[in-house]
Amino acid sequence: MPRGKTRHCSQTKRIGHLVDLMEFQAKELFAKHGVATTLGVVAETPEAARAAAEEMGGVTVVKAQVKAGGRGKAGGVKIAKTADEAESYARDILGMEIKGLTVNRVLVTPATPPVEEYYFSFLLDRSNRSHLCIASVEGGVEIEEVAKTNPEAVRQIRIDAIEGVTPEKAAAIVDEAKFPAELRDQAIEMVQKLWQVYVQEDATLVEVNPLARLEGDKLEALDGKISLDDNASEVRHPDHAQFEIREEADALESKAKDKGLNYVKLDGQVGIIGNGAGLVMSTLDVVAYAGEAHGGVKPANFLDIGGGANAQVMADGLDVILNDEQVKSVFVNVFGGITACDEVANGIKGALEILGDEASKPLVVRLDGNNVAEGRRILDELNHPLVTQVDTMDGAADKAAELAHQA
Amino acid sequence: MSIYLNKDSKIIVQGMTGGMGAKHTTLMVESGANIVGGVNARKAGTTVELGGKELPVFGTVEEAMKETGADVSVAFVPPAFTKDACIEAIDAEIPLLVVITEGVPVLDTAVVVQYLEGKSTRMIGPNCPGIITPEESLAGITPHTIAGKGPVGLVSKSGTLTYQMMFELKDFGFTTAIGIGGDPIVGTTHIDALEAFENDPDTKAIVMIGEIGGDAEERAAAYIKDHVTKPVVGYVAGFTAPEGKTMGHAGAIVSGSSGTAQAKKEALEAAGVKVGKTPSETAALMREILQNL
Repeated sequence: MPRGKTRHCSQTKRIGHLVDLMEFQAKELFAKHGVATTLGVVAETPEAARAAAEEMGGVTVVKAQVKAGGRGKAGGVKIAKTADEAESYARDILGMEIKGLTVNRVLVTPATPPVEEYYFSFLLDRSNRSHLCIASVEGGVEIEEVAKTNPEAVRQIRIDAIEGVTPEKAAAIVDEAKFPAELRDQAIEMVQKLWQVYVQEDATLVEVNPLARLEGDKLEALDGKISLDDNASEVRHPDHAQFEIREEADALESKAKDKGLNYVKLDGQVGIIGNGAGLVMSTLDVVAYAGEAHGGVKPANFLDIGGGANAQVMADGLDVILNDEQVKSVFVNVFGGITACDEVANGIKGALEILGDEASKPLVVRLDGNNVAEGRRILDELNHPLVTQVDTMDGAADKAAELAHQA
Repeated sequence: MSIYLNKDSKIIVQGMTGGMGAKHTTLMVESGANIVGGVNARKAGTTVELGGKELPVFGTVEEAMKETGADVSVAFVPPAFTKDACIEAIDAEIPLLVVITEGVPVLDTAVVVQYLEGKSTRMIGPNCPGIITPEESLAGITPHTIAGKGPVGLVSKSGTLTYQMMFELKDFGFTTAIGIGGDPIVGTTHIDALEAFENDPDTKAIVMIGEIGGDAEERAAAYIKDHVTKPVVGYVAGFTAPEGKTMGHAGAIVSGSSGTAQAKKEALEAAGVKVGKTPSETAALMREILQNL
């Protein structure tokens, strides 16, 4: 592919592709584009939460900052009447796990009880290959429930990708969603500003939920979610790098990212290296099926080395995988398309030299495609005690699962 | 016969003089594809020798088409400039535009796809391996040596799975194999390719390869049920991929599909498509069909 790095193109594992922002980060982008919101203060300790609440005075909200929905239901959102309470709630929430994610910071904001709650979003609509606006004045947080029980109340409006959201379009959206007349002008302005966030920041999702009607008929984004397009961030938004919060990532994932590898840690015993996202995903499947006959061993990771299977990339990949304590065997599955198998074989050979004694787990290698005979010959000649060659993908997966189970 | 690309196709390359462009132009020339020139405004009027062929460089797609009669463009343009390159090619009314470039901002692709409406260009990609009609032509980066001509039509999101499946069925061969790309928005969909294969008399059976995410496979399944009479075998990668973190509620409301491999498999099977659990099992299902034709 035209760039040195490869990426995993599916929506399901979004790591490194569409970057999901935390609430406080989304609100920073809202504020940047003039969308009414309350930024609040991010606190990483109970004491800092207390100080923030004291400074604000009055009732505050303490909210867990993690990239997951359902924070309120998990007990990660609390209303604090005093600074003491804010500190105490922050102590409870910090360190809490929500959907497997550890809470490392809370957002403290003044409590602004909404009079009414609405829902609003712009998002990439894959099915219609365009953008979509979803708006509803029937409640915010329970929008999925509303969509099921009263779909008419949840308006879906297609956005022309070239024209975007003109003032006329914004007015049409507001009218179709039946925003109250007294809020119409405010809503039209907010819709246009949210579209600015979507387009100018290259987002694939901008969601305000709830969009609150406050006392005095003020519209405000009380909570927000933004997903950014990683491709666009790389091409034209260097400032988006600030949104990446590294401590959240798995240590191995961080290490892989530093080396420019497309790696996702999973919970299994067979390390996987392959080329091309589709083939690697397929390799995970084949290993999982093979594992059924070998004590239920599973793939330990997703690692796509793309076309760059030279010795250094292979060594970097092996280094990350061999440092995964759960890994008992490694399966290298390469179909040489553009990449020639002899390059891959030399990559494995070089990687084993670079790693020396650190290479301590059995490697099952399956090579096919471009220049396969030479690739297999190089590995045969290497005759490394850790390396086993198997000619087919299924056979190699079975061997790797067997070795992982025996270890 | 074949779809979209054949021995008469005349191909130009946008970004031919760049690293990837030059490398793959060489490979395309070596495969026997009729490459007739390239486009680079800064090097217009010069020539470049690639794969033993002297290729003229033109300033614009329009000029290249006028001078060479080209009807296909393959783009290896960096992601930041891909949108403009596509719009230039569409304005020049190139019949087929194949965008190999990976990493194109999705909002740019959305603009290009919208721009295609009502225009005469078919776009394949971006972020794809392109299209190959074995023994006739190649517009992209698929190795031309994997498999020869035969009765199977192949459409896939993934590049390396395209190669793997061509390899598995190399003893039968392919009319055309097309990699539509894995980005959230692409120019040519599974459904477009299925329709073209259905209408191609030489294609006797179709392999469709999908991946987790989105609902393109579910939509393709519905299309197959109503419109495709030829046997279709499917494969979906990612059965054991972990559930993704979904942000917000918007995605679920829109697609109404979970996007999992299991959901896609069930949708395809409900449409009468046999679905393999692995590439080899998928190939075996196709083999059985081909032997009974």
